[in-house]
Amino acid sequence: MRVLVLAKEDHQSQAAKPPTPEMMAEFQTFNEELVKAGVVIGDGRLYPSSQGKRMRFDGKKRTVIDGPFAETKELVAGYWLWQVRSIDEALEWLKRSPFDAGTYEIRQIMEFEGM
Amino acid sequence: MTELSPAATEAHRAIEAIWRIESARLIAGLARVVGDIGTAEELAQDALVAALEQWPISGVPEKPGAWLMGTAKHRAIDLLRRRQTLERKHEEIGRDIERAQEVIDPEAAMDEDVGDELLGLIFMACHPVLSKDARVALTLRVLGGLTTEEIARAFLVPVSTIAQRIVRAKRTLTEARVRFEVPAGPERVARLASVLEVIYLIFNEGYSATAGDDLVRPALCEEALRLGRILAELITTEAEVHGLVALMEIQASRLRARIGPSGEAILLLDQNRSRWDRLLIRRGLAALERAERLGGAMGPYALQAAIAACHARASTAADTDWPRMVALYDAVAELAPSPVIELNRAVAVGMAFGPAAGLALVDGLVSEPPLSTYHLLPAVRGDLLRKLGRSAEARAEFERAASLTQNVAERKLLQRRAAECTAEGMAG
Repeated sequence: MRVLVLAKEDHQSQAAKPPTPEMMAEFQTFNEELVKAGVVIGDGRLYPSSQGKRMRFDGKKRTVIDGPFAETKELVAGYWLWQVRSIDEALEWLKRSPFDAGTYEIRQIMEFEGM
Repeated sequence: MTELSPAATEAHRAIEAIWRIESARLIAGLARVVGDIGTAEELAQDALVAALEQWPISGVPEKPGAWLMGTAKHRAIDLLRRRQTLERKHEEIGRDIERAQEVIDPEAAMDEDVGDELLGLIFMACHPVLSKDARVALTLRVLGGLTTEEIARAFLVPVSTIAQRIVRAKRTLTEARVRFEVPAGPERVARLASVLEVIYLIFNEGYSATAGDDLVRPALCEEALRLGRILAELITTEAEVHGLVALMEIQASRLRARIGPSGEAILLLDQNRSRWDRLLIRRGLAALERAERLGGAMGPYALQAAIAACHARASTAADTDWPRMVALYDAVAELAPSPVIELNRAVAVGMAFGPAAGLALVDGLVSEPPLSTYHLLPAVRGDLLRKLGRSAEARAEFERAASLTQNVAERKLLQRRAAECTAEGMAG
């Protein structure tokens, strides 16, 4: 199965502490381990929400809202696409990550609909 | 049996997931020390049993992989000591124990050797001394971490058959004195070919299930892809490894487009291309590029991947670069002549230069023995005849194809084709 791992960061902390080189290196090591295990099939990091846009739909009406999205407590800051054999496997991998803050969300992606 | 507490249930689920992650590395590390897969697997299983006893009470350790490795290695040393009292020479045992002790440090056991150990296990499980079936079963068991039951279910055979196959495979490896090693030199090429063959067999069993009601068993495709991706990270400089990964990624990109709403098969040229998985196509094209950069454009897997890529790059079936496709099939046919390749080439020729040209080639294949019971031959012939307006002959071919396939979903598709021909015949 495929899961989307969403890295959610607290709005304030995201701006307050950029990752140190040590943290980046630890993350790299972890990411490499995942790649070597055939787990990572896609990933990406997002620019801060100040550069993002939102569109709200209301019938035919479309409203564009400029970032930053200050009213939201946790914002998606990055994502991974993992190929795993169960949600539990994804949890086990995530436990091994070097992260010391933030929330990471694991969501299964629907596949083979109609089967 | 007593009811498990929620914490224990959670621990069990965690252990199962950890086993899936760690078992191959664990068995590989142990096989290096004890020399054979059978013993390595038993030791790993013992460690798993110990975890199942202890972790629900003590909690899952911070580094579960290292815990399992440490536990199993201790048992391995005990085992080697016991063997010492048997027939083997002292100095040899001494070396074995030294080796075991070297890796007893769980931290050390997890470092740079892991890649080589894993490779050693892959080469051992896929050793050419074993039959294809045995290699497939053993690979899924020791590298995929699948249980015998899961493998049996995937291949729709009795559990006892798979169990037997694995037992016999391990015995064969021992009897043939197959060493735990990463082969080098000329032997490496042949051994690697055997590994790639096994991975592709697993993929194909998932992709075009040869028996049963399901047209595809995605779990087998996913497992083969996972093994291929791992191998491509372990052996970065062998073009064919990337060629195989490219082939599997691109073929897998079409998995969800191959099956209609009622489980029926949809042929490649009839598929809704917007349902093709763009991510897998992109990954496949990147892997193919890597194979080509390594000078492997003409390798058998890279060539097949190039054919798959030709489809993947075309936004509609009509946009496909058919003349290039014919050239690629020419190259495949030269490399590995086979009636099945000739049949595929005939399809490409039919698309590039018209159905009559394709049919002439297919007619030349009808008497080829391996194709006489191959359902795709009459299916292709029927398709070309139909395009030439020869509905009655086409219908007979589709009916024959339907009677030859073991796959229920495919049979339905072919029967539908036959019925369409009847309708066309009446209309004409």
